[in-house]
Amino acid sequence: MAHSDHDSANKNEVRNVTIILSVLTIVELALGFLMYKSFNDPGFMRSAIKGIIIILMLAKAFYIVSYFMHLGHELRNMIMTIVVPLGLFFWFIIAFLYDGHTYKVSRLTYDKYKAESANVKQPAIEKNEEKRSETGH
Amino acid sequence: MATTAITTDTKWWGGGKSPFNVEYGKLMMWYFLMSDAFTFGAFLIAYGTIRFSSTGWPDPNEVFQSFPGLGSGLPLMFVSLMTFILIISSVTMVLAVRAGHERNKAAVVKYLFWTIIGGIAFLSCQAWEWHHLHEEGAWWGRNPFVNQDGTASSTNFTNFFFTITGFHGFHVFSGVVINIIMLIMAMTDTFERRGHYLMIEKAGLYWHFVDLVWVFVFTCFYLI
Repeated sequence: MAHSDHDSANKNEVRNVTIILSVLTIVELALGFLMYKSFNDPGFMRSAIKGIIIILMLAKAFYIVSYFMHLGHELRNMIMTIVVPLGLFFWFIIAFLYDGHTYKVSRLTYDKYKAESANVKQPAIEKNEEKRSETGH
Repeated sequence: MATTAITTDTKWWGGGKSPFNVEYGKLMMWYFLMSDAFTFGAFLIAYGTIRFSSTGWPDPNEVFQSFPGLGSGLPLMFVSLMTFILIISSVTMVLAVRAGHERNKAAVVKYLFWTIIGGIAFLSCQAWEWHHLHEEGAWWGRNPFVNQDGTASSTNFTNFFFTITGFHGFHVFSGVVINIIMLIMAMTDTFERRGHYLMIEKAGLYWHFVDLVWVFVFTCFYLI
C-alpha cells in the first residue's frame, strides 16, 4: 500500500517539475525578448532583467538537480561532497568577470584609439562588400 | 517518519555499511559530473570575461531569428523548440529510471526509446542551426553580425558560440550513444540477468546533466 502511494506521489512530482520547468522557460524567453525590444540602451532596467533571468536559470538548475537527478533524496554528507566544491564558482565568477570589466575600463581610459573606435558604427560599404563576396562564392 | 529519523541517527561512518548509501558507480558518476561542471563553467566564465571586456555584443534576437520552413523574423522561436525537446527527453529519462526501479522491462525500453528520439531531434535542430549560421557567413574566425548598437563586432562572439554549443552538442551525442547502449542492454535482458537496472540510473544522471548544461548555455547565449 505504501508502495503505490509512493509511486503516485513520484508521478505527480515528475509532472509538477515538468510544468515548473516549462513555465520558467517561457517566462525567461519572454523577458529575453522584451529586454532587447523595450530597453534599447544598456542601463539599469536591462541589468535588472538579466538578473531576473539568471535567478530563473538557477531555479531551473535546482529543480533538475534536486528532482530529476534525485540529489535531494541522497544523504546529506554525500550532497555536501558535491555541492561544497561547486562553491568555488563564487570566486571563479566574481574574479573573472571583474577582471574582464577592469580590462575594458582601463583600455577605454588609456587607449585613445580603442575609446574612439568603440563608438564608430560599422560602415555600410564594408557590409555590402561582404555580401557581394558571399554571393560570389 | 519514525524509521527515517532512526536511520539518520545510524552511525554511517561506524563501519560495516556504505557511508553515502549509494552504489560505487553512481557516486563516481556524480563526481565525474562535478568535474564536467567545472569544465563547462570554465568555458562559460571565459565567455563572460571576454564579454565584460568588450564594448558591445550582438543582439541574440537579431542573430537567432530563423526557423526552418518559416523563414526569418522569428526571434528565439527555434531555440525555444530545442529547449523544450531537451526538457521533454529529460522527463522521459526520469520515467525510464523509475520503470527500472520497478523492473518493468517494457516500460524501460519504451521510455529509453523516446529519450533517444529526443536526443536525436535536438542534435538535428543544432545541425540545422549551425548550417544556417554558416550560410549567413558565421563560423570560427568569421562574424557577419554587428553589435547591438551598430558598431563593429569581433569574432569572439562566433568563436565562443560555436565552441561552447559544439562542446555541449558533443555531450548530447555521447549521451545518445550511451542511451542506445542502455536500450540494447535492456532489450537483450542484461539487466534482468543482473537483477537490477541501476545502470539506467547512471546513464540518466549523465542525460540530466546534459539538460542542465543546456539551461546555462541557453541563458548565456540566447537570452542575456
